[in-house]
Amino acid sequence: MLDNNQLLRFTTAGSVDDGKSTLIGRLLYDSKSIFEDQLQAIENTSKKKGHEGVDLALFTDGLRDEREQGITIDVAYRYFTTPKRKFIIADTPGHIQYTRNMVTGASTANAAIILVDARHGVIEQTKRHSFIASLLQIPHVIVCINKMDLVDYSEETYNDVINQFEEFSSKLLVNDIRFIPISALNGDNVVNRSTNMDWYQGAPLLHTLETMHISSDINKVDARFPVQTVLRPQSENHRDYRGYAGRMASGIFRLGDEVTVLPSGFTSKIKTIDTLDKSLKEAYAPMSVSITLEDDIDISRGDMIVKSNNKPEASQDIEVMLCWLHNNAAKPRAKYSIRHTSNEQKAMIKEIVYKFDINTLERNSEDKELKMNDISKVKIRTTKPLMVDDYRENRTTGSIILIDDTTNETVAAGMIV
Amino acid sequence: MSRYFLNYLDELESEAIYVLREVWAQFDNPVILFSGGKDSILVTHLAKKAFHPAKIPFPLMHVDTGHNFPETIQFRDNIIKELGVELIVGSVQESIDEGRVAEEKGKNATRNALQITTLLDAIESNKIDCAIGGGRRDEEKARAKERFFSHRDDFGQWDPKNQRPELWNIFNGKHFEGEHFRAFPISNWTEMDVWNYIKRENIAIPSLYFAHEREVVWRQDSWIPNSEFLVLEDHEEIVTKKIRFRTLGDITITGGIESDADTLEKIADEVSGMRQTERGNRSDDKRSESAMEDRKRQGYF
Repeated sequence: MLDNNQLLRFTTAGSVDDGKSTLIGRLLYDSKSIFEDQLQAIENTSKKKGHEGVDLALFTDGLRDEREQGITIDVAYRYFTTPKRKFIIADTPGHIQYTRNMVTGASTANAAIILVDARHGVIEQTKRHSFIASLLQIPHVIVCINKMDLVDYSEETYNDVINQFEEFSSKLLVNDIRFIPISALNGDNVVNRSTNMDWYQGAPLLHTLETMHISSDINKVDARFPVQTVLRPQSENHRDYRGYAGRMASGIFRLGDEVTVLPSGFTSKIKTIDTLDKSLKEAYAPMSVSITLEDDIDISRGDMIVKSNNKPEASQDIEVMLCWLHNNAAKPRAKYSIRHTSNEQKAMIKEIVYKFDINTLERNSEDKELKMNDISKVKIRTTKPLMVDDYRENRTTGSIILIDDTTNETVAAGMIV
Repeated sequence: MSRYFLNYLDELESEAIYVLREVWAQFDNPVILFSGGKDSILVTHLAKKAFHPAKIPFPLMHVDTGHNFPETIQFRDNIIKELGVELIVGSVQESIDEGRVAEEKGKNATRNALQITTLLDAIESNKIDCAIGGGRRDEEKARAKERFFSHRDDFGQWDPKNQRPELWNIFNGKHFEGEHFRAFPISNWTEMDVWNYIKRENIAIPSLYFAHEREVVWRQDSWIPNSEFLVLEDHEEIVTKKIRFRTLGDITITGGIESDADTLEKIADEVSGMRQTERGNRSDDKRSESAMEDRKRQGYF
């Protein structure tokens, strides 16, 4: 593997019926990422269950309950590597009751694979998955029209599905949508180019994943540096060192840049950008570094260092698209802890503007309850201002979670609009 | 390719550093679980990077089964000295002597499961609220569902069906008194990534990982090292082989593979051609299909 290879994270949502597990199994198997002892274990289980041949779908089942019930319950992460890239798959269940798991898997993904059964075309589940990909601003969406072998590899069927998809996806905010006709079962256009669909001029799925441009997926314009912790060694060699440790959320910092520390508003200049290996001239997302400033300013966890000429909005009133993640429904006007980057405040849900029906993409302004898996637009008020960007501009500084202080559980995730 | 992009190893490194700093910021009393194996050595190396130029601000904790490779203990003591951090040892032998656990009996007896009690006792008595581990999601199917921040109740148990959702990179380490967390900074690394990184950074690892001559016995499809704890079966015979270990656990259960790989380059090459997972040589994982999940639920690493 080459040293400059990139890492691509993608999500697959769907059920066994879509052939999702078969597709993942195919990718792993054809890229030689399944080991012999794993294959042996799957063969044994297949036999025990009376399946014919090896059921590659079993490879993606993790927990005992999932194996017993034959479904994916939670997000499972899979890994494979080709000579061109390292891949992380967030494998999530596709049923509506697992919306929260899909949202979780989608939150860090560069790409989403949406599976459509060629025989059934675009169905509710397709819309749901596409909506979540759009809501979570996954930069690239690949619609795999699967089971082409069952429709005689028909170009007409393929084009019909594309038309259906484009009809509803015009309402979504996805910049990059591609379509690939595949048969996961037979391997058509997954890793190898299909010989059954000469009419398809595009690349197979793996080649698409290996070559799509992802360097621009991270915002390189707005420099944002949430401070995680302050490094004060107080050792002989570093008596006066005061480094602000964090990971660049977006943008680029260079030595000498004029910066403002939020929320205090104090300004200074970047003096050094340090790592164990060397001091750097510049830092960019998603690098973890330690930054020192020219001036002695009181900075602590939760503060954000930004360029003085490019600041996020400071606000106590934010509007978010909120996905409710917990069994306990939202309590009106209840207080929660809100986490935004490394900052934590108290917050209250002031108003539920509308709820999304994620199957029809319609808004419902009557239903004011927030139950598990619901996605709603809400107004939140915080005790102190948060330094926020629109989620569409910045996935790190545009996202929040809510924590129930009585249980310490994470109950909701939100995207600032 | 854009100049402003990290390669996969740099991105994994940055992610792990971020997780380690979150642990330090969110917990009062974290430790690194240090076994002397390559994954915990890697986590320690990343912790050095996360807090430089300060020292690693928390202790290392070793759960000592008493069934160690002598090389591992030597390595552990050296690294403690070099880093200038505190070492906490939880002793399985003490747990046995105190009657907290009973030694397993029979041919395949190990102290593997006994570690759970010792680990949880050490966490409780040292008031540790986060134990940082070198677990990776590619290792084992139950681990594929682990969070970066993984909650344990006040019995130290993992409830895999009731895990906190983890979105973006916002980690929720809030907990009540008596509960603790496990944190896994290298969740997204594969065995190959670990070796490529160790090679790139030239990280010191115990000699056991390199091919060497050793007295071994063929048992359960791998070469089990001779030691004071080994009880030979009638048909078994001790032979000398050139072997190395892919993972390090107790000397009683860690099988070696025949190999000539005596440099990091050769090991990385060998691993990239491997057709068996690294835990394939660990008899603790072979007990049943959900052996790992069952142990993890009880509080295992």
